[in-house]
Amino acid sequence: MERGHVIPMNPVDPDAVLTVRNMKTEFALRTHTLKAVDDVSFTLKRGKTLCIVGESGSGKSVTARSILRIVPEPGKITGGDVILHREDGDVALHEMGDRSPEIRAIRGADIAMIFQEPMSSLSPVHTIGFQIEESLILHTNLDQKARRARVVELLRRVEIPDPERTADRYPFEYSGGMRQRAMIAMALACNPKVLIADEPTTALDVTTQAEILDLIQELQDEYGMAVMFITHDMGVVAEIADEVAVMYRGQHVESGTVEDIFANPREDYTKMLIGSAVRLEEPSPIKIAMQAKQAAQTGQEPILEVRGLVKQFAAKRTMLGKLVAEGVRAVNDVSFDLMPSETLGVVGESGSGKTTLGRCIMRMHEPTSGQILYRGRGTDTEITGLDKKGLRDLYADIRMIFQDPYASLNPRMTVEQLIGEPLRNRKLGTPAENRDRVADLLVRVGLKPEHMERYPHAFSGGQRQRIGIARALAPNPKLIIADEATSALDVSLRSQILDLLLEFQESFNLSFIFISHDISTVRYFCDRVAVMYRGEVVEIGNAREVCDNPTHAYTKALLSAVPRPDPTRRRIADRHRYVAKDADLLSNGASA
Amino acid sequence: MAMTTDTATPLGPDDAPAIVAAQGAEVASQWKLMWWKFRRHKLAMASGVVVLVLYMIAIFAEVLAPADPNDFNPRFTYAPPQELRWSYVDDAGERQWGLHVNAYRTELDRETFRRTFVLDEEERIPVGFFVEGEPYLLLGLIPATVKLFGPEEVGAPFYIWGADRLGRDMFSRVIHGARVSLSIGLVGVFLSLFLGIVLGGISGYYGGWIDTAIQRLIEFIRSIPTIPLWMGLAAAIPLGFHPLMVYLIITAIVSLVGWTDLGREVRGRFLSIKDDDYVAAARLDGASEGRIILRHMAPSFLSHIIATVTLAIPSMILAETALSFLGIGLRPPVVSWGVLLQEAQNIRAVVTAPWLMVPGGAVVVAVLAFNFLGDGLRDAADPYSH
Repeated sequence: MERGHVIPMNPVDPDAVLTVRNMKTEFALRTHTLKAVDDVSFTLKRGKTLCIVGESGSGKSVTARSILRIVPEPGKITGGDVILHREDGDVALHEMGDRSPEIRAIRGADIAMIFQEPMSSLSPVHTIGFQIEESLILHTNLDQKARRARVVELLRRVEIPDPERTADRYPFEYSGGMRQRAMIAMALACNPKVLIADEPTTALDVTTQAEILDLIQELQDEYGMAVMFITHDMGVVAEIADEVAVMYRGQHVESGTVEDIFANPREDYTKMLIGSAVRLEEPSPIKIAMQAKQAAQTGQEPILEVRGLVKQFAAKRTMLGKLVAEGVRAVNDVSFDLMPSETLGVVGESGSGKTTLGRCIMRMHEPTSGQILYRGRGTDTEITGLDKKGLRDLYADIRMIFQDPYASLNPRMTVEQLIGEPLRNRKLGTPAENRDRVADLLVRVGLKPEHMERYPHAFSGGQRQRIGIARALAPNPKLIIADEATSALDVSLRSQILDLLLEFQESFNLSFIFISHDISTVRYFCDRVAVMYRGEVVEIGNAREVCDNPTHAYTKALLSAVPRPDPTRRRIADRHRYVAKDADLLSNGASA
Repeated sequence: MAMTTDTATPLGPDDAPAIVAAQGAEVASQWKLMWWKFRRHKLAMASGVVVLVLYMIAIFAEVLAPADPNDFNPRFTYAPPQELRWSYVDDAGERQWGLHVNAYRTELDRETFRRTFVLDEEERIPVGFFVEGEPYLLLGLIPATVKLFGPEEVGAPFYIWGADRLGRDMFSRVIHGARVSLSIGLVGVFLSLFLGIVLGGISGYYGGWIDTAIQRLIEFIRSIPTIPLWMGLAAAIPLGFHPLMVYLIITAIVSLVGWTDLGREVRGRFLSIKDDDYVAAARLDGASEGRIILRHMAPSFLSHIIATVTLAIPSMILAETALSFLGIGLRPPVVSWGVLLQEAQNIRAVVTAPWLMVPGGAVVVAVLAFNFLGDGLRDAADPYSH
């Protein structure tokens, strides 16, 4: 096997496995050159984890890709040294061509990489076992039998059940967490010295994330590889990092040991990152003040009453009656009350039915049974019985904020048209009045009236979410359903947006149903919280109590899996685990 | 719900404002962005100009064509093309300026006893701009006699692209042929467009059994072989109809088959965006069904449809040419490129008068121009792709 040009150089640190010095990667764009990676240096050490942390667009993924020379077009690596320290000498990766056999011998063998989306990184038409075997074929001389044994062993090592059989399954037959495990098995196939993990847990639920983080840590202890872990989540950093490198706009802002960075951040950007993460660990000060005021008012009627809500998705059959998809009870007998100016958080993992619940209240999905009573207009309105016209009227009172600020704004309408759309459709005012109202709303959400003529493509993610909020507020609603409204945003923007929503809640007496998978935003923003698991509300109560002293075993497991931005209190390794039996949902999960 | 944080993709969303901030792009509408992108596609721009010129020629055919396309003159059967000249040497041996063509002289081939035309270098036919010609109605309304250019003496032989079997001027016929060839296909395209958008839209928007029914209908229609259908129809239409009318009827019936492609395209677009968040948002903004479809959804695929239509026109032009060539489309006395090519069916005619192939060249130019234009439009239709 060709192993690259060996240059004589003694590593400064005997533990160093990979040294990156002054790396630069640029993207030539139509109007300017984007410096995606601008003079970045770091060292990966045997058995240690370096976390590269930064917000979207900071260049962390491009840094990882530049090491393996797999930068997407039109990116160009324009400078810097990447040196891999091996027993047989140092290898300069930066001298190799992008498609040279030398670099291909390194990829997968010495340096392995796992990605954010296991589904798109795995080939859908090959079995998992074959895909792991492929890197063994490329990088080892094992015969077929030995390779198969190694595949099974690897899958067992990443805790995939029944590996002899599951090796022959296809990626779509795996769950998200299992796919990521398979990716890790593939990465480990040739005992790499360096594992680069690019946001490997971002697309996963917190409990699955905790398992994957656990697994990576265990494997690192066992094989002593260096891990470069890219993430935007300060909680994950605090849980797993030995060292941290903070990136901002392509530049390496600060680095140090994890304890140092969290205890004494030097740069403002690092302080801001940690600050925003820590802030979300406590209820918002605005919220606390509001709750104090609220406590004085008693005897109010709830604005929304949900009773025994069920949503059953019908089983899908072909014309010949063959079952294509089984029916799912996405929301199962959910009941709750919502008071005026109260925020109810709905938390749960993917598939728990929280989004369906929100959409049933809006009648975007037809509920199968149950009652939804809305009292916002003096009279009781039974939402489940409304016709199309009634619903249209209701949509002025109950509004929705969407998760994805890119998909939820029509790219072909100006900001004025977008925000003014609900006003126009309900003929709430003359065009001139509506224009003034839009201008006013823009100022309130922190944008400028001049922005009215612009199209969404002129705004960043956070600004777009502000536009979405202005649109929700336009017809003076009483209740807003926010479905993962802050999930797509960077952590620094997240608390800003939540504060903005709190401000509006205070000035307009808004009620919120805040759907989220992220416990910390719920704790920061909500008065009460309902925890959903497999379509049912397993626990509901005061947000503080549920977050600090959960009673249900699932809530305990969920909460203990959330990484905290505090490296001195790592806890993922000794978290609660919840194993529900399908029939017996309330069985108590064992703790680890 | 899974978190979908965008990580450092180089053209990440937060870079977008910086990139487009130049040149006031933030207030640029979709159409403007598309225009900017289209403008960078040089070939498509040039083709756009060619298409425009072709349509101008079709509209002002009477002015541009020096002769009436149906004027025949047996004296000049298969007369070869004359060359337009700008100067000549007069009797005194001096070079004189003056646009002219040379007149024909006939020679008899002693072996084959065939008459052949030879250009007479001695005799000049002066050619001028804006000369008097046969009277005609400009745009079908305004009586006029002026021609852009032609022989100064009405009726003098003037065949710059040669003459056909009956001594008709090929140049004038090609120009007049453009009118029918470039317009009659449009009828079919627009009929297809209408059916495709309506049925495809219903199919995609409502889904369920309506969708299934329309899709099965499309599959059935697509299985009908079109050429036999055309031939059958051409035979079934009463002989008394004007040939142009016959052709229109056939085109209409064929576009009843041709909408299926567009129907599928539109359905696909509807399917892909009807569950998009911004459509849901429009519904929650209290927009009516009609407004959701027309104001919120349609603009996002209108540009694609324009591109599809531009690409459909050349296939209609080709269909006209092919069918007329086979004798089941347009028939004389209608003048179209396909009808003109009928003259070139006979290999002996082509050997004697290769200029009969000129209408084929016109078809190639028109089809290529439309294809390049459509290509450029399709690329520009999504201004956010790189």
